[in-house]
Amino acid sequence: MGEKSKGFFVTGDPLIYGADVAIIVTLLGIIIFLTVFKKWGWLWKEWFTTVDHKRIGIMYLVSSLLMLFRGGVDALLMRLQLAAPNTHFLTSQHYNEIFTTHGTIMILFMAMPFMFALFNIVIPLQIGARDVAYPFLNALSFWLFFFGALLFNLSFVVGGSPDAGWLSYPPLSEIAGSPGPGQNFYIWGIQISGIGSLATGINFLVTILKMRAPGMKLMKMPLFSWSVLSSCITIIFAFPVLTVTLALLFVDRYLGAHIFTADSGNPMMYVNLIWMWGHPEVYIVVLPAFGIYSEIVSTFSKKKIFGYKSMVFSMMIISILGYFTWVHHFFTMGAGADVNTFFAITTMAIGIPTGVKIFNWLFTMFRGRITISQPMLWTIAFIPCFVVGGATGVMLAIAPADYQYHNSYFLIAHFHQTLIGGVVFGYLAGLYYWWPKMFGFKLNERLGKWAFWTWNIGFYVCFMPQYALGFMGMTRRVYTYGWDMGWAPFNMVSTVGAFLMGIGFIFQAWQILYSIKNGEKDVTGDPWNGRTLEWSIPSPAPLYNFAVIPEVKHDDDWWETKKAMADSQYKKEPPQYEPIHMPKQSGIPFIMSACWFVVGFGFTFGWSYVGLAGLLGVGLCLLARSFQQETDYYIPVDEVRKTEASLGRVG
Amino acid sequence: MEENHGSTKLYVMGFVLSLILTVIPLWLVVQHVFAKGMLTIVITAIAVGQLLIQLFCFMHIKDGEKPRYHAIALVLGAVIVFTIVAGSIWIMTFNSQVH
Ligand code: HEM
Ligand SMILES: [Cu+2]
Repeated sequence: MGEKSKGFFVTGDPLIYGADVAIIVTLLGIIIFLTVFKKWGWLWKEWFTTVDHKRIGIMYLVSSLLMLFRGGVDALLMRLQLAAPNTHFLTSQHYNEIFTTHGTIMILFMAMPFMFALFNIVIPLQIGARDVAYPFLNALSFWLFFFGALLFNLSFVVGGSPDAGWLSYPPLSEIAGSPGPGQNFYIWGIQISGIGSLATGINFLVTILKMRAPGMKLMKMPLFSWSVLSSCITIIFAFPVLTVTLALLFVDRYLGAHIFTADSGNPMMYVNLIWMWGHPEVYIVVLPAFGIYSEIVSTFSKKKIFGYKSMVFSMMIISILGYFTWVHHFFTMGAGADVNTFFAITTMAIGIPTGVKIFNWLFTMFRGRITISQPMLWTIAFIPCFVVGGATGVMLAIAPADYQYHNSYFLIAHFHQTLIGGVVFGYLAGLYYWWPKMFGFKLNERLGKWAFWTWNIGFYVCFMPQYALGFMGMTRRVYTYGWDMGWAPFNMVSTVGAFLMGIGFIFQAWQILYSIKNGEKDVTGDPWNGRTLEWSIPSPAPLYNFAVIPEVKHDDDWWETKKAMADSQYKKEPPQYEPIHMPKQSGIPFIMSACWFVVGFGFTFGWSYVGLAGLLGVGLCLLARSFQQETDYYIPVDEVRKTEASLGRVG
Repeated sequence: MEENHGSTKLYVMGFVLSLILTVIPLWLVVQHVFAKGMLTIVITAIAVGQLLIQLFCFMHIKDGEKPRYHAIALVLGAVIVFTIVAGSIWIMTFNSQVH
C-alpha cells in the first residue's frame, strides 16, 4: 500500500480532537449505562439477535437518524466555511473530506437505511404478512449495513477520511491520487453495506410477490407496496453494477491493476459505470417516497387515490426508464451529439410519469375532506418543492445547456431540491404517519409544526440562492472564494437557511423525546382513520402481526371493512386461531457482519492476514448456518389468544 | 413447501464448471496465448458460458410453478445487460473518434 502520509490516528486539528473526546465520552456513557442497568443481555436477546421485521425497522431508523445528524453536522461545517469570502475555518483538505463524507453518508447511510426502516416497518403489515420472506437474511442485511456504516465512519478517527467526492472518481481516487487508507474505507464501507442493500431488495421483492394475504391481487395492493416493489426491482438491477465498479477500483488500488488509472486505464469508464448505478439510485430512494405520499394523500383526503392504475404504471415506468438516463451526469464528457441527444430525451421523458403522479395527488385532494396533520403537511410541502426540482432537472437535461450548469451550484440546488424536498420530506412524512404504528403513540403536534416550518423555510432560504450562485459561476466543491466574485451575499443567506434546517432537526429530536414521555397514546391501532391493512391491527403490532391472516376483498380493504362494520347488520365471526409459524432468532447475522467488518478493516489498512481471517470467519458463519436444522417454531393458540386479549382484541 | 431445489450433482457440476471457466481466461491472459482481439472474443464467450451455468445449475430457471415470472425477469435482465454492454460501447467509442 503506498506510503502512509499520516499516522494511524487522525491528528492535528482541534475540531477532530473535540469530536474524538465527544465520541469517547458517548461510548463510555453507553457502556456504563448498559453495565449499571444490566442491559447487555437484554440488548443481545431483544435486539442484536432479533429477526422480527418491526425491530429491525426500528434499528434501521435509529441508525439513519444518527447518520442524518452526522451528515447534517458535515453540511453545517461546509456552510460555515462558505458563509463569507476568504474564511479560514476549514483547510482545503478538511473541506474535501467533509463534502465527501457528507454526500456518501446522506445517500448510502442515511437515505437507504431510512428507506429500509420504512420497508421493514410497513410492508409486512400492509400486505397482511407475518414477516418478510427471508427473516434471517433481513437481519443479516441490517447488520451488514450497520457494520459497513461503522467502518466508513471510523475513518474519521483512524486512518483519515476519504476525500475524492461521494462517487470517488479516478484518477484522483486511485492509489497515486489518494495513497492513504481513506479511499479503502469508502470502498469497503459501501461494499459491505451494499451486499445488505441488494439482499434487502431481493427480500422485499419476494415478500411482496409471494406473501400477500389471500385475495390481495397485485392490482389491489396499496401504492406504498407498489412503490417498494418498483424500488426493489431497480435495486436488484443497479446495485450489482456498483459492487463490480468499486471492486474493480479496489483491484487497481490493491493489486496495482490499471483498469481506471490515467496512464493506461480508462477513468471515464468508471464514470460511465458508477452512474449506471448512481442514476437508478436516486430513483430507488425517491420511489418509496412517492408511495408514502400516495398513502398519506388518500388517507387525509378521505378518498381513494385518483388514478390508481396510472400511479402503478408510472412507478413501473420510472423504475425501468430510470435505467436508461445515466449519461446525463456526464454530458460534458463529450461522447458526441448522438449519445447526448439520446440520453437527454430519455431523461426528459422521465418527467412525464412523474408529472402524471403529481396531477394524481392533486386530483385526489381536489374536493376531498382534507385534514392537515403532520404527515399531510410534509406532503403538501413536497409537491411544489418537487415540481421545481423536476423542472430544474429538465433544464439540466438539455445537453448543450448543461455545459453551463454542470457542476455549478445550480446542479447542487437541483439535486438537494429533489433529495430533500422529495426523499427526506417523504420519509419524514412516512415517519410521522407510521410512528403510532411503531410505538403506540403520536408525535407531538406543536413541536412538529415548529420543526416543519423551520425545515421548510430553511430549505428555500438555503437552496434558492444556490441556483443564482450557479448562474454567477460558482462551481461545486470550492472551499473558499474572494470578495471580487460577488458571491458573498447569497452565500451568507444560504448558510442562514442551512442553520434553520439544523434547528428544524433539533426540534424533531426534542419532539421525539418529549412525545416519548407525553405523546398522545393510540389505543385504537387506527389513529388516522386509515385505509390499509396495517391499521387493522393493534399498535404496536404483536410479534406475529396478524392473529388471523385477513381475507382481502377490496382495494383499501380496511376502509371497506370499517364501512361494513358500521352497518347494524354486521356480525363479527369469532376468530379461528391456529398455531402461528415463526422464525427463530439468531446471533449469526450479527457475528457474520462483524466478521465482514474485520475483512473490511484488514484490507483497508493493507493487512491482508487480518482481512483473510475475517473472510474465514464469514465462511464459518455460513457453514454454521447451513447446519442449523431448527430455525422456526410455533406460537401456540393459547398464547395468541392471551396476547390478543391483553391488546383489547377479544375473540 | 415441497419444491424441487435441484440435486447435489447439479450443484457440484455447476461449481466445478464455473471454476474451470474461471481458470481458463486467467490462464489465457497470464500466458498471453492470444492477441488482443481474439482474447476479447474468447473471454466474452466464456463469460456467457458462466452466465448460462449460473442460470441453469444454481438459479433453477427451468423449474418453479410460475414460469411467467421467470420469463419476465429474464427478459428484463437481458434488456438491462444489453443496455449496459451496448450502451457502454456506444458511449465510450468517443475515445477512438478523431475530432
Ligand atoms: C424529472 C426529474 C429529473 C430530471 C430531469 C433530472 C435531471 C438531472 C440531470 C440532467 C442531472 C445532471 C446535471 C449535471 O451534472 O450537470 C442531475 C443531477 C442529479 N440529480 Fe436529477 N433529475 C431529476 C430528478 C431527480 C431526483 C428525483 C433525484 C433524487 C431523488 C435527483 C438527484 C440528482 C442528483 C443527486 C444529481 C447530481 C449528482 C452529482 O453530480 O453528484 N434528480 N439530474
Ligand atoms: Cu440522474
